[in-house]
Amino acid sequence: MMRPVLTRHLSNAWWIASVLALLLAIGVMGFIFIFVLMRGLPALKPSVFVTVTNGIAGGLANAIAGTLLLVVLGVILVMIVGISTAMWIVEFAQPRTRAFVRFCIDILAGVPSIVVGYFLYVALVEDLGWGFSLVAGGFSLAIIMLPYVVRSADLSLTAVPVNVREAATALGARPATVLLTVSMPWAAPGILTGVLVATGIALGETAPLIYTAGWSNYMPSLAPTHSPVGYLTYVVWSFISQPFSEAHQLAYAAAALLMIFIFATNLISRVALEAWSAKRA
Amino acid sequence: MVGVSVAIVALILLFLLVFSFPAIRYNGLNILTGTVWNIGNQYGSGTVSHNGITAQAGAEFGGLVYVFGTLSTSALAMVFAVPLSVLVALALAYRVPPRLRFIANALIELMAGVPSVVYGLWGLVVLVPWIGGSLAPFVTTHASGVPFLGGGAGSGNGLLASAIILALMVVPIMVATMRDVILAQTPAIFEASMALGSTSWQAVTHAVLPSVRNGLVAAVLVALGRALGETMAVLMVSGAALNQFPSNVFQAVNTIAAVIVSQLDSALTDSSGMAQKSLAELALLLFIITLAVNIIARVILRGADRARR
Repeated sequence: MMRPVLTRHLSNAWWIASVLALLLAIGVMGFIFIFVLMRGLPALKPSVFVTVTNGIAGGLANAIAGTLLLVVLGVILVMIVGISTAMWIVEFAQPRTRAFVRFCIDILAGVPSIVVGYFLYVALVEDLGWGFSLVAGGFSLAIIMLPYVVRSADLSLTAVPVNVREAATALGARPATVLLTVSMPWAAPGILTGVLVATGIALGETAPLIYTAGWSNYMPSLAPTHSPVGYLTYVVWSFISQPFSEAHQLAYAAAALLMIFIFATNLISRVALEAWSAKRA
Repeated sequence: MVGVSVAIVALILLFLLVFSFPAIRYNGLNILTGTVWNIGNQYGSGTVSHNGITAQAGAEFGGLVYVFGTLSTSALAMVFAVPLSVLVALALAYRVPPRLRFIANALIELMAGVPSVVYGLWGLVVLVPWIGGSLAPFVTTHASGVPFLGGGAGSGNGLLASAIILALMVVPIMVATMRDVILAQTPAIFEASMALGSTSWQAVTHAVLPSVRNGLVAAVLVALGRALGETMAVLMVSGAALNQFPSNVFQAVNTIAAVIVSQLDSALTDSSGMAQKSLAELALLLFIITLAVNIIARVILRGADRARR
């Protein structure tokens, strides 16, 4: 207050700095998006989708199929475990155990994905002797996704209005019936959004898959074990370090495809949520 | 199913502990203090024993270089990311009109969803050549007397490149949490400060931010946990230093997470299996470091919740 003019100017200067910081952040991110898409989209020739990788060249058919298989398997596993965990937390758990399960899920969210990968490498690939495989890779993605799915399902089920559930109970419905016919439909959009967000994360994972799915130049064999699977993120990481331009083209193509997949899942989840909440209102 | 969810954390800890136990005994404190990672002579028949555990002759698994790399890259990333995130979160909360806010929010969500290999790709192709070709030669010549800035310019792969990429990756996460924390605070604090005659920036820095300090610290710690465990992006731009400390911010480094991936092939060739077990010990170490950071974040957040009630 001693030099009001100066402090006012300082205040304005800081606010300008904060807006510049926002523009800088958006600018750098925009640069990354545009750079990857500019390099990747021209490399996405039709042949890329139908040929398999061959050494450092070829196409991405095996990696695309592998990524989709691994993610679908992971999503199925995580929906079974994650949604039932959330149901139990919200409907049946005592307050203390509820807090404990939530704590464990929070801790799991903070575990680095490479640690999850090494754990499954030891447990499934080595100890159970499954080798690098589809199932091991699917498990690793499911564990990475689990905290996101449990949290969103937990929040959505908790948000179901008490009077709606009490109305069902008053009509004679048992707890399980209330959960399945009243709470679940009510919470479904929120749960679905969580699953889609988790799917986006799984699509972009690399580190745990290196240790569980391995890598393969061939189309995935659908054998659950003893058969490594290729995936897109591996191509980005490994092919960009090769000294050949064909390899670089494939890495850019894979990166662009990943971005498209991930933006599509994000977009679908946003649009679906909007549509759903509009319908309910 | 609940049992599965709860058991996973315990199983991770258990499996890594049991698997790496021989390595823990073999390495002793060397995993924290040693600077040489050497899987030993694989061609001779010689073996070496330590604490009753046998490995190939010359095998030594010192992890200090990687512990240092993990801590230094994340610390430098936080130096870049924390001030930037606070400024961006304030701009979002106070300067972006509510009608435009949803666009900014969607953008931030999108940034948080970009895979780490894509950040790594950009870092490797754009950032690393720029640091190696322009920034590092310029800085090492003109600021040669400044600690951590003088010396060899290197190729661009290194501590600075890793820290910048990590900062880019954690900014969206931090901004989203900080924005929510700031917007959740009652506007009365801002208005009361304004009514006492402060400028809007003073109201924010002297009244609003201190009132949500715990939430901000928790946001930083969650982001720090993410940076400490990040693997692929760092692996691609760190220069993958082995048994070597960086002499300045431009030199190659390596982190625990990155070395676990880059040493896998080499470790699989170790006939005694001790290299694999030592990598598992490093994974366990990383797990414990991130666990500590996340638990501290939770304790602080819970304290913040209680204070608000």
